[in-house]
Amino acid sequence: MRRSIALVDVNNFYVSCERVFNPELEGKPVVVLSNNDGCAIARSNEVKALGVKMGDPWFKLKDLARQHGIIAYSSNYALYADMSNRVMEILRQFSPQQEVYSIDESFLDLTGFQYRNLTDYGLQIRRRIKQWVGLPVCVGVGATKTLAKLANHIAKKNTQFNGVCDSNAMPDDEWDSWLSRIEVGEVWGIGRRLAPQLSDMGILSALDLKQADPATLRNQFSVVLEKTIRELNGIICIELEEMAPPKKQIVSSRSFGIYVSDLESLQESVTLYMSRAAEKLRRQQSYAGSVHVFIRTSPHNPKEPYYANSLTIPLPSPTDDTMKLVRATLWGLRRIYKPGYRYQKAGVMLSELVPAEGCQGDLFSATQPDSKSVKLMEALDRINRSMGRQTVKLGSEGFRQPWKMKQGNKSPCYTTRWLEMPIAHT
Amino acid sequence: MTNRGGKREGAGRKAGSGPHGEPTTTMRIPVSQREVISDFLKARKQKISATQPIGTKLPALDPAKQYLPLFSSRIPAGFPSPADDHVEDRIDLNEELIRNPPATFMIRVEGSSMIDANIYDGDIIIVDRSIEASDGQVIVAVVDGKFTVKRLSISRGKVRLLPENPDPTYQPIEFKDGQELIVWGVVTNVIHPVK
Repeated sequence: MRRSIALVDVNNFYVSCERVFNPELEGKPVVVLSNNDGCAIARSNEVKALGVKMGDPWFKLKDLARQHGIIAYSSNYALYADMSNRVMEILRQFSPQQEVYSIDESFLDLTGFQYRNLTDYGLQIRRRIKQWVGLPVCVGVGATKTLAKLANHIAKKNTQFNGVCDSNAMPDDEWDSWLSRIEVGEVWGIGRRLAPQLSDMGILSALDLKQADPATLRNQFSVVLEKTIRELNGIICIELEEMAPPKKQIVSSRSFGIYVSDLESLQESVTLYMSRAAEKLRRQQSYAGSVHVFIRTSPHNPKEPYYANSLTIPLPSPTDDTMKLVRATLWGLRRIYKPGYRYQKAGVMLSELVPAEGCQGDLFSATQPDSKSVKLMEALDRINRSMGRQTVKLGSEGFRQPWKMKQGNKSPCYTTRWLEMPIAHT
Repeated sequence: MTNRGGKREGAGRKAGSGPHGEPTTTMRIPVSQREVISDFLKARKQKISATQPIGTKLPALDPAKQYLPLFSSRIPAGFPSPADDHVEDRIDLNEELIRNPPATFMIRVEGSSMIDANIYDGDIIIVDRSIEASDGQVIVAVVDGKFTVKRLSISRGKVRLLPENPDPTYQPIEFKDGQELIVWGVVTNVIHPVK
């Protein structure tokens, strides 16, 4: 039986979130910039129409912005995460099988709802999300995840669909003619690297790829590409993953607002990143067996020498104690730090994660885990949860943090902080 | 150790290898109570041996979760608190104020046009976007790109947003034909501190 898998995603998600709480932005060109206000990572339709591409650096856009009055926001992840959770919670009401694919995308298995008109069902999803949280979504339905993605793409680009496209409901020749008008690079899993190689072989459109011979392409490329071709032909190769497996690694890294050269600033920043990573580690109830620290200078600056280095430090016994993790990280940092360079980025990674329950004891320490440290970390997390991040922190994070990210124009955390609620006049 | 007979260490059945799973002893019991004690031992054996196949009850592999109330009073000795049988969850304000969590938002109010509706400057209003706005409800509307709180009035095809303050400086906002009213959400509750 043909399955019906839907992909629901929010249009221009970050920009749309900003508009919910600031209706004045409706109809105006708006971009949201990446960390450090570096590049455009979300664009309103008005900005797309001006030819701004995803990832365009902001400094190159400044002239265009002045000319057309583009409004730029720094990214406000606290707001986007809350709005995302609301959307996902509402979508769960439409199917018992959901895979949250990214912050603004979710797959739903609608096979059990085939007795109704799924286009109407999609329109109902669209209306409810719009009314309940104010965000515009598009719905694509197909027999496989790859087809659902394409149907979603078609629904988004062609206004006659009203934001909902069910490829299963379309006659085969009509569907194929849509596929013939989509570039092969738009197909899920075909990256920017693969698309030109396929073009060289005469595979230009999604339809060309659908009709290509899977065995030949597997030999030439990979089994992943073969799966994509089968999925385009309606054979499921990629199942819905309902449960996100616990993360095997936790990474925390940021670019600096300004270049830093001194060890002290680097120490402050990696302490902060490790504190964040450790918080996440405790939230998913794991212990880390090793920490990894890295630093690098800017790779885009030909005038200065490039230096990048990293070190993995195995821990004597797995732990989730911020202080132990930070101590290991700083030890590693001092080993890879070289004076005389201007560093642009630093980061940490926790790996060899094991569940906190049933963690193997350490031969050389009497009690495991050390109950004092457990209590201290619990208290730390509780205080920071209820009184705001960074209320209690390690001294080595520093207090001024001059290296911290630039976030010039961040909107208030409307839905997660008492003091930043939206205001209505009576 | 000798070859001449007598006690041999380690000979015979090991203590505890019998049907009771532990060392046993002999004891005089009244003949009339033999059945009772024998039944008691059978029942006890069934409980301790998980391998006993007949009549054995094993816990479910995936037992349903059961939260137990936390008993607040300690019982060192003496009488338990008579209230322990009546422990319940504390009253949760969210349950009363928020009917539909993903669609509910909180907004702070500025201004005095709605004081007769008991909405004062500085109050926090609870706004449920999933409720369909209708005549007579207090709503958050978008007027000129800004949020405003007013009472919605729909009568004889006329849509108006009414202030609730006797002061005549506050005037209704009228919507003409073709003008669109944007309803952001319906106000369900007000949080007002009593000073």
